[in-house]
Amino acid sequence: MHSFANPKRFLGIARPLTPWLLAVGLLVAGGALAWGLTQVPAERLQGETVRIMFLHVPAAWLGMAGWTVIASASLVEIVWRHPLSAIAGRAAAVPGAFFTAQCLVTGSIWGRPAWGTWWEWDGRLTSMLVLLFLYLGYIALAQAAAREGASSRLAAIFGLVGVVNVPVIHFSVLWWSSIHQPPSLSMGGSAMAPAFLWPLLVATLGFSCLFAAIVLMRMRALLADAQAEARLRRRARDADAEPVPT
Amino acid sequence: MRETLDPWTFVIAAYAIGVIGTLVLLGWAWLTMRRAERRRDGDAG
Repeated sequence: MHSFANPKRFLGIARPLTPWLLAVGLLVAGGALAWGLTQVPAERLQGETVRIMFLHVPAAWLGMAGWTVIASASLVEIVWRHPLSAIAGRAAAVPGAFFTAQCLVTGSIWGRPAWGTWWEWDGRLTSMLVLLFLYLGYIALAQAAAREGASSRLAAIFGLVGVVNVPVIHFSVLWWSSIHQPPSLSMGGSAMAPAFLWPLLVATLGFSCLFAAIVLMRMRALLADAQAEARLRRRARDADAEPVPT
Repeated sequence: MRETLDPWTFVIAAYAIGVIGTLVLLGWAWLTMRRAERRRDGDAG
């Protein structure tokens, strides 16, 4: 694992992988959304609004997956103190926050015709909102540490502690009485008709490729910033060390 | 009285927000990466 955490080796993999993930993600996600919008039949109870699922469910999955990436990177940073893991955590934060916000907004738009309300303070919706606030807190902490040149360990501890919210989101519809429906997909099978299940799986795959491409682009940007910063500091130190002509 | 809502208004709003938002995020990530790598490579030269 340490060999892959080498910045040079990472860039050797990330540079060719980024355009591929972008192209595949755009093609697959775009195709799945077009499929969901034009080919999928209206659902018996929810009618045409069921099509919002092809945006809402991948966004929910990526919001939770994003924090799982942050928590894993934080664990690696705390245990092995590898700087690339701090960069990986920071890189997942903005796309994770974006997809969490997208999940909340599309869910609210879906909720109005389906439930008759834009918002309800129930377990699933509230725990997803808490996840968005956790992302904002993590971004603020990590940016402050980077700006001050301080250690990113505080953000890493926050990232690790915040992961407790991910199972709360998942099980919220089972633990508490909720306006939100229980999970339709599990390891054991699906309660969903194939006409809805397949475009949903393809959309999730496409958006996951886009998420991975965004994380790689953010990692490359943060790494380049850190390398440029380190070079400037080295030059300033060398200039200070040069003897002054008398 | 039960209000009647046009479901397509909600579907189109959700798709517009989702698609435009994702494209803006992709564009921002691409531009910031290119800018940072140009800055680093320019400094090295």
